Amino acid sequence: MGIAIEVNDLHKSYGPVRAVDGISFTVEEGEIFGMVGPNGAGKTTTVECVEGLRRPDQGTVRVLGLDPRRDGYELRRRIGVQLQEASLPPRLTVWEALDLFGSFYSRRVDGKALLEQLGLADKRNAAFEKLSGGQKQRLFIALALINDPELVFLDELTTGLDPQARRAMWDLVRGIRERGKTVFLTTHYMEEAERLCDRVAIIDHGKIVALDTPENLIRSLGAEHRVVFTADGQWDDTPLRGVPGVTRVERVGERAVVYGKGAGLVSGVVGALERMGLRFRDLRTEQPTLEDVFLALTGKEMRE
Amino acid sequence: MRGFWKLLLVQAKLYLREPIATFFTIFYAPLVLLLFGAIYGNKPTPFFGGRGTMDVSVPAYIGLIIVTVGLIGLPIGAAAARESGVLRRFRATPLHPLAYIISDIASYLLMTVIGVLLLILTGRVVFHIRFEGNVLSVLAGFLLGTTAFFALGYLIAGLAPTARIAQTVGMVLAFPMMFISGATMPLEVLPAKVRAVSQYIPLTHVVTLMRGLWFGDSWSQHWKEVAVLVGCLLVGGAIAARTFRWE
Repeated sequence: MGIAIEVNDLHKSYGPVRAVDGISFTVEEGEIFGMVGPNGAGKTTTVECVEGLRRPDQGTVRVLGLDPRRDGYELRRRIGVQLQEASLPPRLTVWEALDLFGSFYSRRVDGKALLEQLGLADKRNAAFEKLSGGQKQRLFIALALINDPELVFLDELTTGLDPQARRAMWDLVRGIRERGKTVFLTTHYMEEAERLCDRVAIIDHGKIVALDTPENLIRSLGAEHRVVFTADGQWDDTPLRGVPGVTRVERVGERAVVYGKGAGLVSGVVGALERMGLRFRDLRTEQPTLEDVFLALTGKEMRE
Repeated sequence: MRGFWKLLLVQAKLYLREPIATFFTIFYAPLVLLLFGAIYGNKPTPFFGGRGTMDVSVPAYIGLIIVTVGLIGLPIGAAAARESGVLRRFRATPLHPLAYIISDIASYLLMTVIGVLLLILTGRVVFHIRFEGNVLSVLAGFLLGTTAFFALGYLIAGLAPTARIAQTVGMVLAFPMMFISGATMPLEVLPAKVRAVSQYIPLTHVVTLMRGLWFGDSWSQHWKEVAVLVGCLLVGGAIAARTFRWE
């Protein structure tokens, strides 16, 4: 696998604000690479420097072997871009938009098939202003794919979408990768990064604080799994403490939380509860997530 | 220039989908002509040097269309495309920036030409207006006046922080101009003091040039108008180019 994007020591300031403060990373061909962090962390500035829309103050950027500032024209032919803040003329129809943007490229895919794939076929004559948020986003994805790009940028793809539309969008992005393309996305939803990305860079205050697969990031945290349940009345939690892997048990009123590690934690706890004859309800398990990784690395909760 | 013609076609279509812009660009001047024609007719009068009111109104109303498109339609459209993020989206494609700008100018020019042709046609068919000039000369004067006002329009769009402000500035400049430049009421009917002020208004020079060329004046009789409009074009265009931004 080759290298799609190589960023070295990227800096970009707006006045006194260091939006990007020394970022380096590489994106490999064929992967979904995610940049995740709170709003204002420097994600969009980074992605726009990579796309060639902004000039870095310092550092080098190579995309598909090109310098985005010097070879911007050649680069824009080979990439697809979905921008965080972009729009189309309100009365431009879906089909007109796709036809127009397709005309800017020498290589392009079948627009009709693209609209089918993105579930916009019945909206082809609808004006941009009449589309829902999710439909607009899907149209922008269609525009990003019309030139059959080698590399697709998706900046805050699912912001403002309801959970159902967001999941549909994730399937779409996986579909893009399955067609052999590289995806570079940014998001401030940790869950999105965890579910979707092959590798994730966590960015905060213009710096990358961690970069790995979501699984490795979570594992490196060494965080415990939790088994949470509710049980009435008085009961002794000593047997639970004896289950292999359990580190501690916390009880607040009727609620109990069992902390521990290891693959057999849940079955061990449930087995112990059965043997104890305890009438428990609402049992669920909680795994550490990227959210916990972010919390551990930055000492703060992700702000929505 | 790949995509240029398609973009021009799309921009023209989008323009025609805006009912207000279409009305004021294409139908407003002919309607005003019909209205005043119904009142004054087109009888030759010594007041206009042996020509009728409609004869002098048609070339003057060309100025009305130019100012409407140049100072109202264009600044709003250009500033809105920047403000809403449309320009950002185009910039992320291989479309050459110059191709976008030329297509933008061409689409406004096309609409202006359609408006002017309908105005002339109305004058010709309904009032049998006289034309005593040279078609190419009138066309050249029209292009000079139009490009000068487009330059001013882009200047307003470039300096205005938002589309709303561009709209306000454009209207505040355009409406007084329409009435004291001879574009709606002939300069001859305006008081001398107003006429003196009108010399400082760019639109007056468009109207004077168009009326002059329409009745066969030579360009040398209008060096002042040409100088003012070339000045607007160069200064406006230079500042517009410097203040232009994609977002």
